[in-house]
Amino acid sequence: MSEKEIKNLEEIFEARIARDEKIEPKDWMPEKYRQTHIRQISQHAHSEIVGMLPEGNWITRAPSLRRKVALLAKVQDEAGHGLYLYSACETLGISRDEMYEQLHSGKAKYSSIFNYPTITWADIGAIGWLVDGAAIINQVPLCNTSFGPYARAMVRVCKEESFHQRQGFEIMLTLCRGTEKQKAMAQDALNRWWWPALMMLGPTDAESVHTEQSMKWKLKRKSNDELRQQFIDQTVPQADILGITMPDPDLKWNEETGHYDFGEIDWDEFWQVVKGHGPMNKERMKARVGAWERGEWVRDAAMAFAEKNEQRKIAKSS
Amino acid sequence: MNNEQGDSRLRGNLYNYILTIADNSLILGQRMGELCGHGPSLETDIACTNISLDLLGQVRSYYQYAAKIAGDGRTEDDIAMLRTEREYVNVLLVEQPNTDFAYTIARHFLFDIFHFLFLTELQKSKDLTLAAIAKKSLKEVSYHERFTSDWIKRLGDGTEESHQKMQTAIDDLWAYTDEFFNPTSAEKAMAEEGIGVDITALKKKYYDTVSEVLEEATLKVPESKYFHKGGKQGIHSEHMGFLLAELQYMQRTYPNLEW
Repeated sequence: MSEKEIKNLEEIFEARIARDEKIEPKDWMPEKYRQTHIRQISQHAHSEIVGMLPEGNWITRAPSLRRKVALLAKVQDEAGHGLYLYSACETLGISRDEMYEQLHSGKAKYSSIFNYPTITWADIGAIGWLVDGAAIINQVPLCNTSFGPYARAMVRVCKEESFHQRQGFEIMLTLCRGTEKQKAMAQDALNRWWWPALMMLGPTDAESVHTEQSMKWKLKRKSNDELRQQFIDQTVPQADILGITMPDPDLKWNEETGHYDFGEIDWDEFWQVVKGHGPMNKERMKARVGAWERGEWVRDAAMAFAEKNEQRKIAKSS
Repeated sequence: MNNEQGDSRLRGNLYNYILTIADNSLILGQRMGELCGHGPSLETDIACTNISLDLLGQVRSYYQYAAKIAGDGRTEDDIAMLRTEREYVNVLLVEQPNTDFAYTIARHFLFDIFHFLFLTELQKSKDLTLAAIAKKSLKEVSYHERFTSDWIKRLGDGTEESHQKMQTAIDDLWAYTDEFFNPTSAEKAMAEEGIGVDITALKKKYYDTVSEVLEEATLKVPESKYFHKGGKQGIHSEHMGFLLAELQYMQRTYPNLEW
């Protein structure tokens, strides 16, 4: 194809997106669009799968049967999200095995928040309330993103995430209405998860490399800083209902702007975790790679069995 | 014996009988819950989590009913999490560890075949609550049975390595299968009342069904006649204490709180 022809296709493509038309897997798309979507959707899928680990850590120790069942259901939902995000990504011409390979080698990233440990039961509440809360802020705009399979997957993901968020808040509420010890457990979890949750909305606009292009393709509707402000404005009143305090002495309502002012985020910590040196990066990868390696003989057996069955069918019909 | 004594004995037997059923699902559900996020593929991970969820859902119905029968203010969580090890009456099979995926599947399969036959009969119980729980659970358990039977076949008739691993797991866990069919006094009493299931009558069908699947999976049906028992009398393996340590951790550390 000549450069002129490609340019023409690109113009038609951009015009379709501008008209809010969905791009489907078999449609022509610029290579950069394909690669950007593979990167983002696989990263999102990996986050769901790695995200199962910190919460899975409390399944055997959940404090009541009701909580155990709810937590199992939540982690199962996350596995389901991973499954259909991987499927959406496969439509762009990459296999799930390749995506796993990229995760295991460290080439593909996942949300940094999952590199923090869940050390008390309240962490399960805090993750639901704050981490799912921040995820929803990030994800709701994606229900209208330009790539059809991703947009459709996100509609379902967002419904379930908002259920998880309410469930997390309800765990926190139960703790905060409980004994002093329980309330202290909730406050401690908030202290540890608040700043990492703010970091989930991504680096500040000045440092965000992908924003402009992503806006054009509707992978993003608002900048990281706008989303962060939205998250803070929405979450601070919820902490007030719980009766616990954000670990930020600079946090205060600003009448003039109609938003909360907040303190400096420790971006050194953010980059340290992103680069693989957070408290749980190594453990999380060890768990994922370990499960994959331990499962190899199982997957091989399933393949061999399917082939044998196929052969048997052929032998029968001939 | 006057009516009141008879009534209280019946209640005691019914309570113990419910535990005999539900403790199996609790302990197996806990074991399956350990695997969440660590399965050999995303699909098996989802299935194992789902099975754990089904079992624990069933457990809640049973324990809520048991709590009502006890009628002394104890809750489903007290029953699940605040007994001593000697008071749990699950069979030894379900507490065996997730040594590898072959053991996980073999353990579950050997339980599922029993569970399915048992619930099919329990649906006919004179106790309408138990009959209703059985009916609802049976739908779930027929899926479990299909899932684990399929995996027995895949691994048995997959590669040489998987065949070997599956055979080892079946051989090791075989010794725990006979315990199902040794009735406790509560099981005997409830079967006589038409509330419980005569489990001795399920034995032949159980081994026939298990053998059929194993043979289709090209696996040998173990010939060993040495079996272990004790779980139903509360005498467990060394694995059990650690499983309970996790299960009971929060309730023991923070007694009498709402979560």
